[in-house]
Amino acid sequence: MNESVQITNLRVVRNGKIILPDLTMSVERGIVAGLLGPSGSGKTTIFRSIVGVQEAESGTITVLDRPSGAKELRTKIGYFTQSASIYSDLTCLENLHYFARLLGDTEISVEEILDLVDLRRNRKQIASSLSGGERARLALATALLGKPELLILDEPTVGLDPVLRRDLWDLFHRLSDQGKTLLISSHVMDEADRCDVLYLLRDGKVLANGTPQGLKEQTGKADMEDVFISLVEKL
Amino acid sequence: MSIRRIWATAQRILSQLRHDPRTIALMILAPCLLMTILKYVYQDQPQVFQRVAGSLLGVFPMLVMFLITSVATLRERTSGTLERLLILPISRLEFILGYAMAFGIAAFIQAVVVSTVALGPLGLRINGSQIMLILIAILDALLGMAIGLFISSFAKTEFQAVQFLPAILLPQLLLSGLLAPRESMPIIFQWIANFLPLTYAVEATKSVISGVGSIGTDLLYITVFLVALLSAGAVTLKRKSK
Repeated sequence: MNESVQITNLRVVRNGKIILPDLTMSVERGIVAGLLGPSGSGKTTIFRSIVGVQEAESGTITVLDRPSGAKELRTKIGYFTQSASIYSDLTCLENLHYFARLLGDTEISVEEILDLVDLRRNRKQIASSLSGGERARLALATALLGKPELLILDEPTVGLDPVLRRDLWDLFHRLSDQGKTLLISSHVMDEADRCDVLYLLRDGKVLANGTPQGLKEQTGKADMEDVFISLVEKL
Repeated sequence: MSIRRIWATAQRILSQLRHDPRTIALMILAPCLLMTILKYVYQDQPQVFQRVAGSLLGVFPMLVMFLITSVATLRERTSGTLERLLILPISRLEFILGYAMAFGIAAFIQAVVVSTVALGPLGLRINGSQIMLILIAILDALLGMAIGLFISSFAKTEFQAVQFLPAILLPQLLLSGLLAPRESMPIIFQWIANFLPLTYAVEATKSVISGVGSIGTDLLYITVFLVALLSAGAVTLKRKSK
């Protein structure tokens, strides 16, 4: 199939609150797809559903031709969470080695990844003593381990230095050139232009999707922030 | 099942412990200190030290591993690392066996040191073997770990997890026959104690010390509780959540 992710009529209710009323969306393979929307718009819930840790009321999710949560997918999805789920009482290197050993074969070696996320100097540092940005980079590094075909990155560039942010976006595109699919969420609209395809999200619904250029032409706005506003106001 | 992933998990947990030398020191020194205090508190009644100290050798690892496991797994649950692991190629069984291996090793070290101190300088006399005593201590530690793993799913905070120690383990300690002989308790207590894992931990160490009674049955019961509690613990490691 040409889609890496296909979500059909997904409905998720958490604590009596409807997070995703009826979501249908698909993501092509080998692209950098951006999920844009304000906080509370359902980005993280969509990601949790795709990796298979979110219980849904109804709907189907197919990921890399398998139902989400399938055993075969566990080596194929790299997941970066906002809460930086790493062991804070281990060093950077110990964290990376542990996740690498669980995954078995890894395409990019631990050493290369340390350079990619610029943590070489901190390799022997205990994670709890890292700064917020460094912790996020460590968590991102663990998501790149293994042989992921789909990378789910939940706001990976928040609070990062602009130079590193640019380097990471370059890396994301290099990975998609190798055929991997990247699904990246952000609430920073200026990152939207770096995505191949965008999904604008509000209240658990996809307002619009398309290329950044296409969305701008469709709304006649030059700035992604204005595109978003004009789409919301048209409702 | 993959030995590589179990061992990787055990090593990861041991590394976490290694970065926390104060916990290691407390794990090993606190029981030695308590043994020493016990010895001199009952200096005029050496038979009490004889009776209680041996059983404590089995109780310490259980208490310690219960506490460490309930806090450690609670942290894994709340920090998101557990959810993260469960979407990686590691099964719940491998995860639990990783914990069992790491804490088994920690319990082994603790048991060797504490039993050597008790049998050496403190002059505890046993009719069974020290190796058997250490083996029981390790099984007890794993039992404490299994209870901790299971109980931690009922705790939302570390405060709650720690409070389960007096709530879950101390009643078992009172009923186990460690302080007062079980025969002198009300029938209903004796009956309840039959269903509590700590009872068999204490009975097993008593048998090693006195050299009478069959340890085999007690070890069998401990193993049954261990398997049942680990399975219950595995069920609480949910991949999906609401």
